[in-house]
Formats: sequence, C-alpha cells, structure tokens
Amino acid sequence: MKASSDYSPGTSRPAGEYPVGQASDFSERQARVFVINGIEIGVYRRGSRFYAYRNTCPHQGGPVCEGMVLGKVEPNVEGDRTITGERFSEDLLHIVCPWHGYEYDLTTGRCVTDSRMRLRTHDVVQRGEELYVRA
Amino acid sequence: MTDVRMGTDSRSKADVTEKDLGGPFNTRKHLANAALEAEKRRFADLLIVDMDAHHYEHDSWKEIFEYVEDPVMRQRLHAAAGRSGRTVLFPLPIGDQDVAGRLSRLPERLDEVVDGNQRHRDVEVVRRYMESMGIDYSILFPTPMLSLGMHPQAEVEVALARAYARWLAERVLSVEPSIKTMLYLPFNDPAASHRMVEEFSDVPGVIGFMVTSVHHRQVHHNDYMRLYAALEERDMPLGFHAVYTWHGDRSMEQLNRFLSVHALAFPFYNMVHLTNWVINGIPERFPGLKAIWIESGIAWLPFLMERLDHQYMMRSSEAPLLTRRPSEYIREMYYTTQPLERGNLNFLKLAFDMLNAETQLMYSSDYPHWDFDLPSAIYDLPFLDERAKRGILGENARRVFRLDEGGG
Repeated sequence: MKASSDYSPGTSRPAGEYPVGQASDFSERQARVFVINGIEIGVYRRGSRFYAYRNTCPHQGGPVCEGMVLGKVEPNVEGDRTITGERFSEDLLHIVCPWHGYEYDLTTGRCVTDSRMRLRTHDVVQRGEELYVRA
Repeated sequence: MTDVRMGTDSRSKADVTEKDLGGPFNTRKHLANAALEAEKRRFADLLIVDMDAHHYEHDSWKEIFEYVEDPVMRQRLHAAAGRSGRTVLFPLPIGDQDVAGRLSRLPERLDEVVDGNQRHRDVEVVRRYMESMGIDYSILFPTPMLSLGMHPQAEVEVALARAYARWLAERVLSVEPSIKTMLYLPFNDPAASHRMVEEFSDVPGVIGFMVTSVHHRQVHHNDYMRLYAALEERDMPLGFHAVYTWHGDRSMEQLNRFLSVHALAFPFYNMVHLTNWVINGIPERFPGLKAIWIESGIAWLPFLMERLDHQYMMRSSEAPLLTRRPSEYIREMYYTTQPLERGNLNFLKLAFDMLNAETQLMYSSDYPHWDFDLPSAIYDLPFLDERAKRGILGENARRVFRLDEGGG
C-alpha cells in the first residue's frame, strides 16, 4: 500500500525500496527510526496505514522522529462558550520534536502551527506483511 | 543499531539499520543532528562564542553548600536540602519548561552517564554540547539561581552567590578554559555585590558579572554607583540576564499559561532595567562600563527605542543627563541573540540595522533550556554578510571580553 500520498520530490536519490520489517512489528504512537543510505527515517503506524518521515525537524534540525506522539490538545468549549477543560484528540495525532516542541500532523507531516513547514516524506510500501521505505 | 535487511525480499543492496532509541540520555546523541549541521557549515573554521549557556547548579547543591562561609547558614542550607539535595529554602520557580514532558532532555538529563575521570560532571556535559554545536567558548550561567533575586532574605542570596562563585571557580572554571562565566551578583545587597567584584575579578574564567533581571531594586539607585565604578575600572562587563517570575508580580499573575509568562516576562524585566539605565544617564556617568542585555531576543528593542525616543523628545527635562536620544545609547550597548524571533525576516533585518547588530549583537544558545538556538540561527540568516556573521557568532564577544582566539 502507498501510505503517504505526498511523496516528496526532494528525496531525489535513485528510487529504491528498503525493507524495514513486518507490519506487526510497528506499534502505534512510537516511531522506529532507520538509517537508510545514511539518512535517518522514522516510520509510524496509524491503524493499518504507515507513514515515513525524515528525522530532521524543519525548524532547527532536531531529531523529530525521536519525540513523543500525542493527541492534539483540544479545549472543551461548551455551548455557552465557556472552557471547562482540555482533552487529547483521538483522531489527530501529533509528532513532537524533542528539541523545541514543534508539532507535526502524523498523517501529513505538516507543521500544525505553520503549514508552510513540512517534514520530508517518504513512501511506505507494504507487500504482504513486509514493509518497505522508498528512499 | 540493528541490521534489519532481509536478504531475499530486499530490492536494494544498501544497508538498512535501525537506530537504537533506548538507553540513557546522552547529550551527544541528543545533539547528533547539530553536529552534522556544524560539520556541513564548517563551524570549525569560525570562532563561535556562546554568550549564554546554562548548567543546573541545584544538582550540586550539597557541594556548593560546603563553600558557604557562615557556618550557621551552611548548616541551615544543608539541613533544608535533606536527602534529595533540593533545598526548601530556595524553591524552584513555577512553570514546566519541558512542555509537559515533550522535551526529553529536561526530564531525562539526570540519567546521562559521564566518564569516570576527575572533571566535574557539569564540565563533561557542557563540553559535550559545545563539541556538538561547534562552540569554542561557552559563557556559563546557573539556572534556578536566576530566581534568587526574589528571595526575601538578602543574606541567603549573598551566601549562595559567594559559595557558587567559589565552587564554580574551583570545580569548573579552573579545569576547563573554554568555559567562562559572568559571575552572579547578589544585587539585593549592593555592598556585597561590590565586594564580589573586588574579590573575583581576577579569578581565571570570570570575564564579567551578571545581575538576574527579576528583582525589585532600581538599577540607577545611588547605592550601586560604587559597584558600577568598580566594574568600569576593571573593564568588566555587566550582564542583565532576563528571567521570569509567575508570582510576586501582579501583572504576571494575570497570565494563565507558561507560554504567556515566558513571552512577556523576559523582555519586560529587561525593558524596565534598560529604561532606568538609560533615562537616569548611567551610560553618561559610566561611559566605559559595558552593559549586556541577555536572553530577551531582540524584537523588544525596536519598540523600546522608538517609544523612549518619542517620550524623551517631549520630556527631556526628566532625563537631564542625556545628551542624545535614548535609542542612541541603546545601540551602543550589547545584546545576545536568543531566543531569536525569525517569524518576519524583514522585521528582523530592520531590528539588526537599528541595533547595529554587526558590532553589538552576540550569539547565544541558552542550551539546554527549552528554547535554545543553534549557531545556524545566525549563520543561515539570508541578509547577513560574512563579516556580520563572524562578528555576531564570535568576534564581537572576543573583542568585548578580550578572549584569546581558538578556545580551549
């Protein structure tokens, strides 16, 4: 399966598919980081889909894929527009860079506070149980 | 790393290894990407001085308390620290700098393993960050002591300032020449501050003195003139290191998020002190005294320059010592870069121009604090030429502090 539809042309080295393990070896909310041809790439699982990003934060270059994965913090805004607390989103997961806390949407790689900033994306291909990262 | 290549299924012959994300925290590992960046930009060919880095001196309270001269105070501090070493006589400030655990180095840093040689743990950890970022000299400041200016007992501030100075000189500065400091002054006691300048100015590694910005003293009070004269006489710069408080200041108590307090408090307290400094003519009275305004970024300065000039033109009788507009004094003082506001490069360039950044601005990382900047924050700015980059990254600090080139 092609998990990431926005393959970045910036990863312009000759296309190759590199095996990273079996789908069942990947757990939710925890990336595994692989070094492929000298480039660090984090692979994430979200349900049955997989996503792969370059382990470099566009902000200042931090190891973004080594950070936490957390639900987006959302306020509980009531009908009368008062705020009665906060919750973690079950739908929107964020990758958090451990250097400075920049947050990125796990499924798009876009920075949640500046959509011009985006993690370098790599395609993930699944054949049977095996996963491959294109790099 | 673990080799995950699976021979028959692989369509590539290249190695695929898995990075080990486990194990205890390690500064070099945490900053591996910074080291790659430094190599790519050839920072080894540049003099880079980090004007503002930190260690966590409260990890060493028990050692530092041994340097407290007053035996009664020493016993009090030891007793208050108890087994944990975290003294109840000096609580940590409110605010989760690690963004609720999102920044791993802050909660995990105590797990870092250092070599079993004779150097102090803090020396090893500081050297690791310096080597990773390509920094030649690091000007080291404490962390929780930056809140000591609000301590209700001036004698505690004096005792800790003196003990910290002696401990830092002996355990850190004397063994690692690439680590320097602007020594913490107990500003709530002007006489004790003056005495510290007299005693510590010649200590190797002491290249200036520092006042923490959160306190309720007026920097232009006559009580401080002896201190400023002593600093000027010795050509020792005075730094005002910004910090925040979330309680004890009614304006800050209105804010409900750390983000808000941090955004406002750091420039706010330096605005208060810089305004008093200029309007009361300290630069006229001490023309040889170098003032450095630390860790407030620079976005606040164009505002303050414009605002003070505007008011001064109509009320110059209230600032009779001034012979020029306030902004002209401001652009002759010194500033550190971090946290550098880069949201609008046009504004940033204007701010650099207004400050005369090429000669007055000095790079700072603030590492390991939560909003640190790498040297590339300056090096990558598109509007700086090579001369300006070199000045801001290291040459300005070398000139102001008369540092020997090359570090170490």
